Amino acid sequence: MSAPAKPSRWALWLPVALFAGFIALVAVGLWRPASRDVHSAMIGKDLPRFDLPAAVPERPGLAQGDMLGGKPRLLNIFASWCIPCAAEAQQLEQLRQLGVEVDGVAIRDKQDDLAVFLARNGNPYTRIGADPVSKIQFDIGSSGVPESFVVDARGVIRYQHIGVIAPDQVQMILARLKEAEQ
Amino acid sequence: MRRAAFALLLAAAALPVAAQDKLPPAPYAYTQLEDPAQEARAKALMETLRCLQCQGQSIADSDAPIAGDMRSQVRLKIKAGDDPEAIRAWLVQSYGDYVSYAPRLTDATWPLFAAPLILLGLAIVLLRRRFGGKGA
Repeated sequence: MSAPAKPSRWALWLPVALFAGFIALVAVGLWRPASRDVHSAMIGKDLPRFDLPAAVPERPGLAQGDMLGGKPRLLNIFASWCIPCAAEAQQLEQLRQLGVEVDGVAIRDKQDDLAVFLARNGNPYTRIGADPVSKIQFDIGSSGVPESFVVDARGVIRYQHIGVIAPDQVQMILARLKEAEQ
Repeated sequence: MRRAAFALLLAAAALPVAAQDKLPPAPYAYTQLEDPAQEARAKALMETLRCLQCQGQSIADSDAPIAGDMRSQVRLKIKAGDDPEAIRAWLVQSYGDYVSYAPRLTDATWPLFAAPLILLGLAIVLLRRRFGGKGA
Protein backbone atom coordinates (compact mmCIF):
# COMPACT_ATOMS: atom_id res chain seq x y z
CA MET A 1 0.00 0.00 0.00
CA SER A 2 1.94 2.94 -1.21
CA ALA A 3 -0.59 4.80 -3.32
CA PRO A 4 0.12 8.52 -3.47
CA ALA A 5 -3.41 9.88 -2.74
CA LYS A 6 -4.32 7.65 0.15
CA PRO A 7 -7.55 8.77 1.84
CA SER A 8 -7.15 9.44 5.54
CA ARG A 9 -8.34 6.88 8.07
CA TRP A 10 -10.79 9.43 9.31
CA ALA A 11 -12.56 9.59 5.95
CA LEU A 12 -12.73 5.80 5.73
CA TRP A 13 -14.38 5.40 9.09
CA LEU A 14 -16.82 8.24 8.71
CA PRO A 15 -19.54 6.28 6.84
CA VAL A 16 -19.32 3.46 9.39
CA ALA A 17 -19.66 5.95 12.23
CA LEU A 18 -22.66 7.55 10.54
CA PHE A 19 -24.25 4.14 10.09
CA ALA A 20 -23.62 3.21 13.73
CA GLY A 21 -25.17 6.50 14.78
CA PHE A 22 -28.23 5.78 12.68
CA ILE A 23 -28.58 2.29 14.20
CA ALA A 24 -28.27 3.81 17.69
CA LEU A 25 -31.03 6.31 16.86
CA VAL A 26 -33.35 3.53 15.65
CA ALA A 27 -32.54 1.40 18.72
CA VAL A 28 -33.40 4.25 21.10
CA GLY A 29 -36.67 4.79 19.26
CA LEU A 30 -37.51 1.09 19.53
CA TRP A 31 -36.64 0.51 23.16
CA ARG A 32 -37.56 3.86 24.61
CA PRO A 33 -40.34 5.18 22.39
CA ALA A 34 -41.24 8.81 22.84
CA SER A 35 -44.33 9.49 24.96
CA ARG A 36 -47.54 9.75 22.95
CA ASP A 37 -49.14 12.05 25.53
CA VAL A 38 -50.36 15.35 24.20
CA HIS A 39 -49.76 17.96 26.88
CA SER A 40 -52.12 20.86 27.24
CA ALA A 41 -50.75 24.26 26.29
CA MET A 42 -53.25 25.90 28.66
CA ILE A 43 -51.22 25.49 31.85
CA GLY A 44 -50.89 28.90 33.49
CA LYS A 45 -53.81 30.26 31.50
CA ASP A 46 -57.37 31.03 32.53
CA LEU A 47 -59.93 28.28 32.43
CA PRO A 48 -62.00 29.08 29.29
CA ARG A 49 -65.65 29.91 29.60
CA PHE A 50 -68.03 26.97 29.59
CA ASP A 51 -71.45 26.20 31.01
CA LEU A 52 -72.43 22.54 30.99
CA PRO A 53 -75.81 21.15 32.03
CA ALA A 54 -76.13 18.58 34.81
CA ALA A 55 -75.13 15.09 33.72
CA VAL A 56 -77.15 13.38 36.48
CA PRO A 57 -80.11 14.73 38.49
CA GLU A 58 -78.39 14.37 41.87
CA ARG A 59 -75.55 16.77 41.06
CA PRO A 60 -75.61 20.28 39.56
CA GLY A 61 -73.99 21.02 36.22
CA LEU A 62 -70.64 22.73 35.89
CA ALA A 63 -69.75 26.19 34.63
CA GLN A 64 -66.45 28.01 34.57
CA GLY A 65 -67.79 30.43 37.19
CA ASP A 66 -68.35 27.54 39.62
CA MET A 67 -64.62 26.96 39.73
CA LEU A 68 -63.66 30.39 41.03
CA GLY A 69 -62.89 31.40 44.62
CA GLY A 70 -62.22 29.30 47.70
CA LYS A 71 -59.57 26.62 47.42
CA PRO A 72 -57.95 25.03 44.34
CA ARG A 73 -60.13 22.35 42.77
CA LEU A 74 -59.63 19.25 40.71
CA LEU A 75 -61.38 19.17 37.33
CA ASN A 76 -61.76 15.54 36.31
CA ILE A 77 -62.55 14.70 32.68
CA PHE A 78 -64.10 11.23 32.63
CA ALA A 79 -66.78 9.00 31.12
CA SER A 80 -68.74 5.94 32.13
CA TRP A 81 -67.54 4.10 29.00
CA CYS A 82 -63.92 4.73 29.95
CA ILE A 83 -62.65 1.62 31.70
CA PRO A 84 -59.59 3.19 33.38
CA CYS A 85 -61.93 5.82 34.87
CA ALA A 86 -63.50 3.13 37.06
CA ALA A 87 -60.04 2.33 38.41
CA GLU A 88 -59.50 6.00 39.21
CA ALA A 89 -62.75 6.48 41.17
CA GLN A 90 -61.30 5.25 44.48
CA GLN A 91 -58.44 7.74 44.35
CA LEU A 92 -60.87 10.57 43.61
CA GLU A 93 -62.98 9.47 46.59
CA GLN A 94 -59.84 9.49 48.73
CA LEU A 95 -59.09 13.04 47.60
CA ARG A 96 -62.66 14.09 48.37
CA GLN A 97 -62.36 12.68 51.90
CA LEU A 98 -59.17 14.71 52.30
CA GLY A 99 -61.21 17.85 51.62
CA VAL A 100 -60.57 18.34 47.89
CA GLU A 101 -63.44 19.55 45.74
CA VAL A 102 -63.58 17.32 42.70
CA ASP A 103 -65.66 18.62 39.79
CA GLY A 104 -66.37 16.29 36.90
CA VAL A 105 -67.17 16.58 33.22
CA ALA A 106 -68.69 13.48 31.65
CA ILE A 107 -67.62 13.20 28.01
CA ARG A 108 -70.03 11.74 25.43
CA ASP A 109 -72.07 10.06 28.13
CA LYS A 110 -75.64 8.88 28.61
CA GLN A 111 -77.42 9.68 31.84
CA ASP A 112 -78.41 6.03 32.47
CA ASP A 113 -74.89 4.74 31.85
CA LEU A 114 -73.47 7.42 34.09
CA ALA A 115 -75.91 6.58 36.90
CA VAL A 116 -74.82 2.93 36.77
CA PHE A 117 -71.16 3.95 36.72
CA LEU A 118 -71.56 6.23 39.76
CA ALA A 119 -73.58 3.62 41.67
CA ARG A 120 -70.91 1.03 41.06
CA ASN A 121 -67.76 3.12 41.56
CA GLY A 122 -68.91 5.86 43.91
CA ASN A 123 -69.57 9.53 43.30
CA PRO A 124 -66.75 11.78 44.52
CA TYR A 125 -67.97 14.75 42.46
CA THR A 126 -69.42 18.00 43.79
CA ARG A 127 -70.70 18.87 40.32
CA ILE A 128 -70.89 16.94 37.08
CA GLY A 129 -71.32 18.70 33.76
CA ALA A 130 -72.37 16.81 30.64
CA ASP A 131 -70.40 17.41 27.45
CA PRO A 132 -71.81 15.21 24.67
CA VAL A 133 -69.56 16.75 21.98
CA SER A 134 -66.18 16.93 23.83
CA LYS A 135 -66.06 20.70 23.35
CA ILE A 136 -64.44 21.40 26.71
CA GLN A 137 -61.56 19.11 25.81
CA PHE A 138 -60.63 21.26 22.81
CA ASP A 139 -60.82 24.38 24.98
CA ILE A 140 -58.56 23.13 27.76
CA GLY A 141 -56.21 20.93 25.73
CA SER A 142 -57.38 17.51 26.87
CA SER A 143 -57.00 14.65 24.40
CA GLY A 144 -58.53 11.71 26.24
CA VAL A 145 -60.18 10.33 29.35
CA PRO A 146 -59.39 10.31 32.18
CA GLU A 147 -57.53 13.55 32.62
CA SER A 148 -57.44 15.82 35.66
CA PHE A 149 -56.67 19.52 35.88
CA VAL A 150 -55.73 21.46 39.00
CA VAL A 151 -57.53 24.82 38.84
CA ASP A 152 -56.63 27.50 41.37
CA ALA A 153 -59.02 29.90 43.12
CA ARG A 154 -58.55 32.56 40.41
CA GLY A 155 -59.59 30.07 37.76
CA VAL A 156 -56.10 29.51 36.36
CA ILE A 157 -55.21 26.00 35.14
CA ARG A 158 -52.12 25.02 37.10
CA TYR A 159 -51.48 21.38 36.32
CA GLN A 160 -52.63 18.64 33.96
CA HIS A 161 -52.54 14.98 34.90
CA ILE A 162 -52.91 12.68 31.90
CA GLY A 163 -54.41 9.26 32.57
CA VAL A 164 -55.50 7.58 35.78
CA ILE A 165 -54.50 9.06 39.14
CA ALA A 166 -52.87 5.92 40.55
CA PRO A 167 -53.04 5.16 44.31
CA ASP A 168 -49.40 6.23 44.72
CA GLN A 169 -50.08 9.55 42.95
CA VAL A 170 -52.69 10.86 45.39
CA GLN A 171 -50.02 12.56 47.52
CA MET A 172 -48.52 14.15 44.42
CA ILE A 173 -51.93 15.52 43.39
CA LEU A 174 -52.40 16.89 46.92
CA ALA A 175 -49.03 18.60 46.65
CA ARG A 176 -50.05 20.14 43.31
CA LEU A 177 -53.27 21.42 44.86
CA LYS A 178 -51.28 22.87 47.77
CA GLU A 179 -48.91 24.53 45.31
CA ALA A 180 -51.90 26.08 43.53
CA GLU A 181 -52.91 27.86 46.74
CA GLN A 182 -50.12 30.38 46.19
CA MET B 1 -53.69 -24.36 22.36
CA ARG B 2 -51.22 -21.56 22.71
CA ARG B 3 -52.57 -19.94 19.60
CA ALA B 4 -56.12 -20.11 20.96
CA ALA B 5 -55.00 -18.50 24.21
CA PHE B 6 -53.30 -15.76 22.24
CA ALA B 7 -56.42 -15.16 20.17
CA LEU B 8 -58.44 -14.91 23.37
CA LEU B 9 -55.97 -12.40 24.76
CA LEU B 10 -56.29 -10.33 21.59
CA ALA B 11 -60.07 -10.44 21.81
CA ALA B 12 -59.91 -9.28 25.43
CA ALA B 13 -57.61 -6.44 24.47
CA ALA B 14 -60.05 -5.35 21.77
CA LEU B 15 -62.97 -5.12 24.20
CA PRO B 16 -62.35 -1.56 25.45
CA VAL B 17 -62.42 -0.37 21.84
CA ALA B 18 -65.80 -2.00 21.29
CA ALA B 19 -67.01 -0.55 24.59
CA GLN B 20 -66.48 3.06 23.57
CA ASP B 21 -69.28 5.56 23.93
CA LYS B 22 -72.73 4.84 22.56
CA LEU B 23 -73.78 8.41 21.86
CA PRO B 24 -74.55 9.32 18.26
CA PRO B 25 -71.79 11.36 16.59
CA ALA B 26 -71.77 15.14 17.01
CA PRO B 27 -73.99 17.02 14.50
CA TYR B 28 -71.30 17.80 11.91
CA ALA B 29 -68.94 14.88 12.55
CA TYR B 30 -70.11 12.97 9.49
CA THR B 31 -72.31 15.58 7.85
CA GLN B 32 -71.02 18.10 5.36
CA LEU B 33 -71.90 21.76 5.57
CA GLU B 34 -74.78 22.86 3.35
CA ASP B 35 -72.69 25.49 1.59
CA PRO B 36 -70.11 23.77 -0.69
CA ALA B 37 -67.68 26.67 -0.42
CA GLN B 38 -67.75 26.52 3.38
CA GLU B 39 -67.39 22.73 3.30
CA ALA B 40 -64.35 23.04 1.04
CA ARG B 41 -62.76 25.46 3.51
CA ALA B 42 -63.56 23.16 6.43
CA LYS B 43 -62.20 20.12 4.56
CA ALA B 44 -58.93 21.87 3.74
CA LEU B 45 -58.49 22.80 7.39
CA MET B 46 -59.48 19.38 8.74
CA GLU B 47 -56.88 17.70 6.56
CA THR B 48 -54.17 19.67 8.34
CA LEU B 49 -55.32 19.05 11.91
CA ARG B 50 -53.98 16.07 13.82
CA CYS B 51 -56.24 13.50 15.41
CA LEU B 52 -55.12 13.40 19.03
CA GLN B 53 -56.00 9.76 19.51
CA CYS B 54 -54.65 8.18 16.30
CA GLN B 55 -51.77 10.53 15.99
CA GLY B 56 -50.61 9.74 12.47
CA GLN B 57 -53.96 10.69 11.00
CA SER B 58 -55.69 13.96 10.33
CA ILE B 59 -59.14 14.50 11.81
CA ALA B 60 -60.49 14.28 8.26
CA ASP B 61 -59.19 10.69 8.04
CA SER B 62 -59.93 9.43 11.53
CA ASP B 63 -62.97 7.62 12.86
CA ALA B 64 -62.05 8.17 16.52
CA PRO B 65 -64.93 9.81 18.45
CA ILE B 66 -62.72 12.74 19.49
CA ALA B 67 -61.83 13.36 15.83
CA GLY B 68 -65.52 13.36 14.92
CA ASP B 69 -66.22 15.84 17.71
CA MET B 70 -63.36 18.04 16.52
CA ARG B 71 -64.66 17.95 12.92
CA SER B 72 -68.04 19.03 14.20
CA GLN B 73 -66.52 21.98 16.07
CA VAL B 74 -64.48 22.98 13.03
CA ARG B 75 -67.52 22.86 10.72
CA LEU B 76 -69.69 24.78 13.19
CA LYS B 77 -67.09 27.51 13.47
CA ILE B 78 -66.66 27.70 9.69
CA LYS B 79 -70.45 27.88 9.40
CA ALA B 80 -70.45 30.75 11.88
CA GLY B 81 -68.05 32.56 9.55
CA ASP B 82 -64.79 32.01 11.41
CA ASP B 83 -61.52 32.22 9.51
CA PRO B 84 -59.86 28.77 9.15
CA GLU B 85 -56.57 30.09 10.49
CA ALA B 86 -58.36 31.49 13.56
CA ILE B 87 -59.76 28.01 14.21
CA ARG B 88 -56.28 26.53 13.85
CA ALA B 89 -54.96 29.17 16.26
CA TRP B 90 -57.67 28.21 18.78
CA LEU B 91 -56.56 24.56 18.73
CA VAL B 92 -52.86 25.45 18.80
CA GLN B 93 -53.58 27.57 21.87
CA SER B 94 -55.01 24.48 23.60
CA TYR B 95 -52.67 21.77 22.37
CA GLY B 96 -49.58 23.52 21.04
CA ASP B 97 -48.17 23.19 17.53
CA TYR B 98 -48.51 19.41 17.68
CA VAL B 99 -52.19 19.56 16.72
CA SER B 100 -51.43 21.28 13.42
CA TYR B 101 -49.77 19.65 10.42
CA ALA B 102 -49.02 23.02 8.85
CA PRO B 103 -45.53 23.96 10.04
CA ARG B 104 -45.06 27.44 11.45
CA LEU B 105 -41.89 29.47 11.40
CA THR B 106 -40.82 29.69 15.05
CA ASP B 107 -37.61 29.87 17.07
CA ALA B 108 -37.53 26.08 17.11
CA THR B 109 -38.39 25.42 13.46
CA TRP B 110 -36.41 28.04 11.53
CA PRO B 111 -33.41 25.71 10.94
CA LEU B 112 -35.74 23.40 8.99
CA PHE B 113 -36.59 26.22 6.63
CA ALA B 114 -33.06 27.60 6.53
CA ALA B 115 -31.24 24.29 5.95
CA PRO B 116 -32.22 23.84 2.26
CA LEU B 117 -31.24 27.43 1.47
CA ILE B 118 -27.88 27.03 3.22
CA LEU B 119 -27.21 23.73 1.41
CA LEU B 120 -28.17 25.27 -1.93
CA GLY B 121 -25.84 28.19 -1.31
CA LEU B 122 -23.06 25.79 -0.36
CA ALA B 123 -23.63 23.74 -3.51
CA ILE B 124 -23.46 26.84 -5.69
CA VAL B 125 -20.18 27.91 -4.08
CA LEU B 126 -18.66 24.45 -4.49
CA LEU B 127 -19.77 24.12 -8.11
CA ARG B 128 -18.44 27.58 -8.93
CA ARG B 129 -15.08 26.66 -7.48
CA ARG B 130 -14.91 23.43 -9.42
CA PHE B 131 -16.31 24.47 -12.77
CA GLY B 132 -16.28 28.24 -12.62
CA GLY B 133 -13.79 30.12 -14.69
CA LYS B 134 -13.59 27.38 -17.34
CA GLY B 135 -16.08 29.02 -19.65
CA ALA B 136 -15.03 32.54 -18.76
